[in-house]
Amino acid sequence: MNVELKDINKHFGKVHANKGINLNIPSGTIQGILGENGAGKSTLMKVLSGFIQADSDSEIILDGKTVTIDSPADAIRFGIGMLHQDPLDFPPMRVLDNFLLGLPGGLFPNRKKIAQDINLLAKEFDFSLDPESYVDSLTVGERQQLEIIRLLWLGARVLILDEPTTGISALQKEKLFATLKKLPEQAMTVIFVSHKLEDVESLCDKVAVLRAGELVGELKPPYNTQKFVEMMFGKMITLGERQPSQTGETILSLDNISLEDARLKIKNVNVEIKAGEVIGLAGMEGSGQGLFMRACSGLMRTVGGRIQLKGQDVTGKHYHAFKKAGVNFLPAARLEEGLIPGLSLTDHFILAEQPKGIFIDRAAGQSLAEDRIKSFNIRGTPLSTVESLSGGNQQRAELALLQSPLSLILLEHPTRGLDIESVIYIWAKLKERCKQGAAIIFISSDLDEVLQYSDRILVFFNGNVSTPIDTHKTSVTELGQLMGGKGWTEKAGKNA
Amino acid sequence: MLKGRLGSFIFQLIALALAFGVVSLILISVGASPLDAYKNMFVGSVGSVRKFAEVLVSFVPLLLVTAGLLITFSSGLWNIGVEGQIVLGAISTTWVFRYFIDSTLPPALIISLAILGGMLGGALWASLAGILKTFGGVNEIFGGLGLNFVSTALTIYLIFGPWKRPGVASMSGTVPFPDSFSLPQLPDLRISMWSLGIALLAIVIIYFILQGTYFGLKIKAVGKNFRAAYLLGIPTWQYSLYSFLICGALAGAAGAIQVAAVYHRLIPSISSGYGYLGLMVAMLINYQAIWAVPVALFFAALNIGSIQLPILMKLDSSLSGVLQGTLVLFVLIVEGARQKFMKKA
Repeated sequence: MNVELKDINKHFGKVHANKGINLNIPSGTIQGILGENGAGKSTLMKVLSGFIQADSDSEIILDGKTVTIDSPADAIRFGIGMLHQDPLDFPPMRVLDNFLLGLPGGLFPNRKKIAQDINLLAKEFDFSLDPESYVDSLTVGERQQLEIIRLLWLGARVLILDEPTTGISALQKEKLFATLKKLPEQAMTVIFVSHKLEDVESLCDKVAVLRAGELVGELKPPYNTQKFVEMMFGKMITLGERQPSQTGETILSLDNISLEDARLKIKNVNVEIKAGEVIGLAGMEGSGQGLFMRACSGLMRTVGGRIQLKGQDVTGKHYHAFKKAGVNFLPAARLEEGLIPGLSLTDHFILAEQPKGIFIDRAAGQSLAEDRIKSFNIRGTPLSTVESLSGGNQQRAELALLQSPLSLILLEHPTRGLDIESVIYIWAKLKERCKQGAAIIFISSDLDEVLQYSDRILVFFNGNVSTPIDTHKTSVTELGQLMGGKGWTEKAGKNA
Repeated sequence: MLKGRLGSFIFQLIALALAFGVVSLILISVGASPLDAYKNMFVGSVGSVRKFAEVLVSFVPLLLVTAGLLITFSSGLWNIGVEGQIVLGAISTTWVFRYFIDSTLPPALIISLAILGGMLGGALWASLAGILKTFGGVNEIFGGLGLNFVSTALTIYLIFGPWKRPGVASMSGTVPFPDSFSLPQLPDLRISMWSLGIALLAIVIIYFILQGTYFGLKIKAVGKNFRAAYLLGIPTWQYSLYSFLICGALAGAAGAIQVAAVYHRLIPSISSGYGYLGLMVAMLINYQAIWAVPVALFFAALNIGSIQLPILMKLDSSLSGVLQGTLVLFVLIVEGARQKFMKKA
């Protein structure tokens, strides 16, 4: 389908999120939309998919006809389907039921027929999706696959994907790209929103770059990476040299620990982590990193073995006991687990101080908040509620909430969905903590990030944990193979 | 103009007008004059000092219950069990009075003990719902509803069993207590300045807890995001329990005052539905303590004003309940419409 956006404007109060954007996407194109956080990518896509309405003089033209899209249901009727960064499915229900929910009308749906459709579509794209399995048992990557075939099944001719490669493994990404490349053959249009240069370069037929709400320009292959970066940021940015850390006393020592949940078993892990060290956890989503992380923070009990923090036995203790001993855990789901929607930044900083006494010292809270907002470069005021901040600023706010001093920081996807500038900033802050004697353990599905910032890496595959791998002795290829389940005999010797 | 406080106020007025409009239609449909009905309700509630004193008698327990519910709503809990907590407050107060019935202690001390006993009883009953919630995984709505039925049954059992009147037990309740066990009342009026003072003190304290204390901030954090509050280091389930205890104590105080200042005995319907009415007031004021006093007073006035309706106009006095319920619904609908409207604007 041919999509034409004409003079799209969108104001949120005083913020001008889209400034007169004109974009023409011919049928059968994979169009990239590139830009840093807050550049207006999501707003533009939400306008096209009916989640929000643009200002009144904006025009959306599909196959030459001007249309008004008032809701996501409208959009899908026009053939526009959007795959969100966080899949909008219904986890406690079956795959099949998720299909039925989006179906317009019909009191008694034909479940058998739909199950057949799902199997057929899944086969076409080489996905393994069981219509009868429950959505909460799927990985993020599989939930994406579910959404894609669901949208196609509903008749989408334009597929919008918002940051689809965050949170999925390299293998799942490959499969996703293979799928997307098949779609233009069927005269479908794909709009791929990302801030990852290599993804956009390897996939898209043309790329539009947004900056601060404006369309800066469009590029076609062969792509010039430096040109992209200049257009996105207006200046050149590099990650900088990797710096090895100075290590000190042992912070965390895991002695033969075993973990278990409904899906996975991890057996007999032995690791010692020293002050100043950064440990990266690599692996496909759901390979056991999450369990490991939660065990290290006391959010989940071990089924065997011993955990010591600075020589003190904390096996079987709760998170609050770990926290007192200097462990902080920053979850990936910022608004669900990390921050409290409805409360202001000031409220958060006050709470994080573990205040004693009865009456709130508002003046002290205010100045504390102003202080942190400045030193963590948060775009917001002390009275801003956390849900009014952008993702990057929420992440900075979470970092600003870390207590002091700390001996161990556990981070789930600390930079997921953030632009390069924010990533560099956040890691600079974290490295400061390391210099002050904290150890860091982090999960990331971005291998470059793992290689860039860790001193040692633990690779997870289906509940197996590798011995700690020195970062300077490994490569993307080796890690990628381990994550995919290859080459485990030598690396996994002790732990498997 | 439609944004901010003024706009919100205008929308509330629209809701009020709509509620009166719908109730007027109902009245017209049964052949009654809405204007007469409203006039009678107005005169019946504030037409004389005596009537206004009655309004205050109804206002006191309603305000106490609302104050307590503001805490449980803030911590994200739907304390439907508040009705039973009032009842257990009344039962506990009755028990303390019975215990000291022949005592030579000063009555003021006994009354204080009785009211404290009522608060304790309400708090303990609330803690049952809290424990069921935190340790048993029973949603507080179901737990509270179940406990409400138990509390009603317990009242009936006591009135017809162990605490029955000498001779024959009766639905009119237990034997009235001596006058010395009554909270001092204003001459010729049924309202006690003491109970009014307790209720106003309660709402002021709750306002300051929620606005200015670390405790209140933690309660709100738990209510808005249980999981994040835990990760921030707040002992979450303890705070849930504290909020149950506080609400239960205030509901218990309402029950205690029903016994010590209004009925002077235990009667079967001692809670008079103030628990459910308090839930409506809390929803109507959108959990803002500052509005509790005027709205609770308005609801109490509707309650008292409608008492004369059956005699004057052959209308049922439940008209006040219809009006209160309609008002809550319209305020919620109009607020929803306002937010949608603001989003588009």
